[in-house]
Amino acid sequence: MPKSNKPIVWGLFAAGGTVTAFITPVLVVLTLLAAAGHVPDLLTYDRLHAFAAHWIGKAVLFGIVFLSLWHAAHRLRITLHDFGIRGDALVAVVVYLFAAAGSVASAVTLLRI
Amino acid sequence: MSERRIELEVLRYSPERDREPRFQSYTVPCLDEWVVLDALNHVKDHLDTTLSYRWSCHMAVCGSCGMMVNGEPTLACKAFVRDYPDRIRVEPLANFPIERDLVTVMDDFMEKLARVKPWLIPGEDKTLGSGEHRQTPAELKRFKQYTMCINCMLCYSACPEYGLVPEFLGPAAIALAHRYNLDSRDGGRAERQEIIARDEAVWQCSFVGACSEVCPKHVDPAGALQQVKLASTVDWYREHLLPWVKK
Ligand code: FES
Repeated sequence: MPKSNKPIVWGLFAAGGTVTAFITPVLVVLTLLAAAGHVPDLLTYDRLHAFAAHWIGKAVLFGIVFLSLWHAAHRLRITLHDFGIRGDALVAVVVYLFAAAGSVASAVTLLRI
Repeated sequence: MSERRIELEVLRYSPERDREPRFQSYTVPCLDEWVVLDALNHVKDHLDTTLSYRWSCHMAVCGSCGMMVNGEPTLACKAFVRDYPDRIRVEPLANFPIERDLVTVMDDFMEKLARVKPWLIPGEDKTLGSGEHRQTPAELKRFKQYTMCINCMLCYSACPEYGLVPEFLGPAAIALAHRYNLDSRDGGRAERQEIIARDEAVWQCSFVGACSEVCPKHVDPAGALQQVKLASTVDWYREHLLPWVKK
């Protein structure tokens, strides 16, 4: 038995976990703020649009979306395994396809800005 | 001295006599400072000499008295009776075959432990005459926590992955491999990685974390396994993307 190739999926999962842990709470707070009608100057529509229009902004946003989705997919795969649901191959294909579809959708959306 | 009567429900199984395990109840007068092991010893000494269980040190260093106490993997010599209700159920460690009563078959763990080479493989050739392998306090601190493992197997018993996949190399063995990998005097990491970086080794872990919760010596095997995953991931990228770079 050779060494595992799991590091490919796990590396992205770990990176996604880190990103999610740092970014998600911030996004939640900002969304609540915006919902309450307090949009900080820095985050007005025009500024965010300009950010997403620049290629660095696109890359950052895509990275966050892709890693978060990958993280969620992998977490779900492991959780299902822990719940005793067998058939890892099928589960893996389904959850990773979801992550891939979401990533492609975000790439398309970003490129159209 | 206050005395409290508890009902000790002990799993009994004798391969020659029983077709399957059963429970036997003993009423034990316990002193306030007693641990579950004292209650078992009372049974053995005064009520039923046929009861089998392992123990030795009575001070949480030998690691032989691991058992399920009210469903949780625990050292019987560290489980104070006063912390439990009047009815205490004692069973052999989960995830291991029962040999007799509270005694489990540990062959699987012993074989896995040896497989990770949990000993110092010297990094440099040094003759005895040329003196000690010196180490700074900072170098010692990197792995000291993982030396505290007493091979009690509570972590295997708590680990749902090990329960699901018996081939899983498991928490203690990988944490011990990590202990030697982190040792500045050791040069055996490449050999050990061949064992612990496989699918049915560290990558079987889904980071449930139960191992660290039950560990009586605060080794935090779950933490060790995550560090091994990270280091193995760095290895993987190095081996596949920069194969010409020497380790
Ligand atoms: S008897 Fe030694 S650890 Fe409990």
